[in-house]
Amino acid sequence: MTLTGWLGPEEWQAVALSLKVATWATLASLPPGILVAYALARWRFPGRHVLNGLVHLPLILPPVVTGYLLLLTFGRQGPVGALLDPIGITFAFRWTGAALAAAIMAFPLLVRAIRLSIEAVDPKLEEAAATLGASRLRVFVTITLPLILPGLLAGAILAFAKAMGEFGATITFVSNIPGQTQTLPTAIYAFLQVPGGEASAIRLVVISVAIAMLALVLSEVFAQRLARRLRQ
Amino acid sequence: MTLDVSLTQTLGAFTLDVAFTAPAGVTVLFGPSGSGKSSVIQAVAGLSRPDKGHVKLDGEVLMDSASGRWLPPRARRLGTIFQDARLFPHMSVARNLAYGTRFAPRDAVALPRDRVIDMLGIGDLLERRPHSLSGGEKQRVAIGRALLAAPRMLLADEPLAALDEARKAEILPYFERLRDELDIPILYVSHAAAEVARLATTVVVLEQGRVRRVGPAAEVLGDPEITPMGSGAAGAMLEARVVTHHPDGLSELDADGLRLLLPRVARDPGATLRIHVEAQDVMLARRRPEDISALNVLPVTVRSIRMGDGPGALVQLDAGGNLLLARITRRSVAAMGLAEGQEIFAVLKAVSVARDGVG
Repeated sequence: MTLTGWLGPEEWQAVALSLKVATWATLASLPPGILVAYALARWRFPGRHVLNGLVHLPLILPPVVTGYLLLLTFGRQGPVGALLDPIGITFAFRWTGAALAAAIMAFPLLVRAIRLSIEAVDPKLEEAAATLGASRLRVFVTITLPLILPGLLAGAILAFAKAMGEFGATITFVSNIPGQTQTLPTAIYAFLQVPGGEASAIRLVVISVAIAMLALVLSEVFAQRLARRLRQ
Repeated sequence: MTLDVSLTQTLGAFTLDVAFTAPAGVTVLFGPSGSGKSSVIQAVAGLSRPDKGHVKLDGEVLMDSASGRWLPPRARRLGTIFQDARLFPHMSVARNLAYGTRFAPRDAVALPRDRVIDMLGIGDLLERRPHSLSGGEKQRVAIGRALLAAPRMLLADEPLAALDEARKAEILPYFERLRDELDIPILYVSHAAAEVARLATTVVVLEQGRVRRVGPAAEVLGDPEITPMGSGAAGAMLEARVVTHHPDGLSELDADGLRLLLPRVARDPGATLRIHVEAQDVMLARRRPEDISALNVLPVTVRSIRMGDGPGALVQLDAGGNLLLARITRRSVAAMGLAEGQEIFAVLKAVSVARDGVG
């Protein structure tokens, strides 16, 4: 029995949308995630603590609050949303909005994992590379990045899993429209609200658990690889 | 090629205020730990920014606080060898060696890779990862990596300090080869007298962030004034030529007219090498001693006598133009009635050859 056969069309739609949302959320937040993690790990600048607080805010705030703030900012009438809408970028009540909400919620996990692995890289190695003629960018690409790669992948997997499971901010920001913004968790919630929806909900729960377990195992494997790699 | 350094830097309660010129050959920055040696290397390499001063290499300004010019480390092209080898753990030895090559300017005259690998004896290590190398092997690879980046000068920041005695003895000859076979000046930081005696062409003695003495190695090491710096350093360093090997296993050496007998030296007649006579291995006698076991008894003139704070004294001797140092007791100075200008005899209990060659 194939996965599509086992799942009803609406369930399958939710799984596929969740995968799409989580993939985009993870990929799009990697570049800024690396930058912010690097800045927090290596640079001393005014406002460093403020930046650190901002990054961690979604972890502490009730997700509904984050979702509502996103709606205020990125909604069509919001200051950023109003700017982006004319050039064809709309977040509110679209899957892109779900990806944005997921990215924001997963960002602290991503930054934390990358930052820890950057802090584990001896800056003396980067200095040595500089004395050999490498520019800062080259040092990052040839020394720092390869050394943090396992940590980066572990962080990305955690962020992906978090993005798959995001509920509160997503439902507040982009609602729960089947085929549009209905992700795994919001679909489970919706199925539980209608009589006879338990079977669908259970199937989605099984998939959620499987994805979460897989993510944890993978992230553990990569973290161990990082430890081995940094052990000189 | 000349390196011209003048630096002022405040690091907490410590002030570094040094100025010196390093000519070709090996210039050793010598002094106890905390004297500011490594801070100088850091500033020359561009890894720290001094408050004031300049660093010039053959007239090219690497940094100058007056004009605000500051070249980043990558643009200085000074091959730097650190105490901890700092090999890149995710790269094989071969990739570590190749790392700097691609950043070197096209017109830079780089040593051939094979020659460097051969000179350092690391041909068998190329496929290995740094974590599987011994401390000595790591340091040899680090030297090779610095050389292959086509540096204009080598900076070595206590490259042997983290190694045990056996590994030190393994690496030191490689630095001697660099000095003797390559035309690259080396700025070498050390607090170990043995390294200074064997490697230095020029010695810069640092103490508490200041230069106490700069000069040719033989002159500085034979100067009783610097001996409190590291008493083991006191002694003479002579350039000697192998004259002949005697059938009884002794070799006869000539150091500027001074004839010395040493246990067989593994070099052919005509070869020159460095020998080191430590101050505590020199005995003094008013008359030429007879029937003693020491082979090297030299007529010398007392140049100066310096009384220590304790029971010791250092006597600087002139042996046919060569400077020797003798560490004796103050009581002996008084008993022998030693005075400057006096003609006496020096008995050398031991003469060591800076071990030469790697194979």
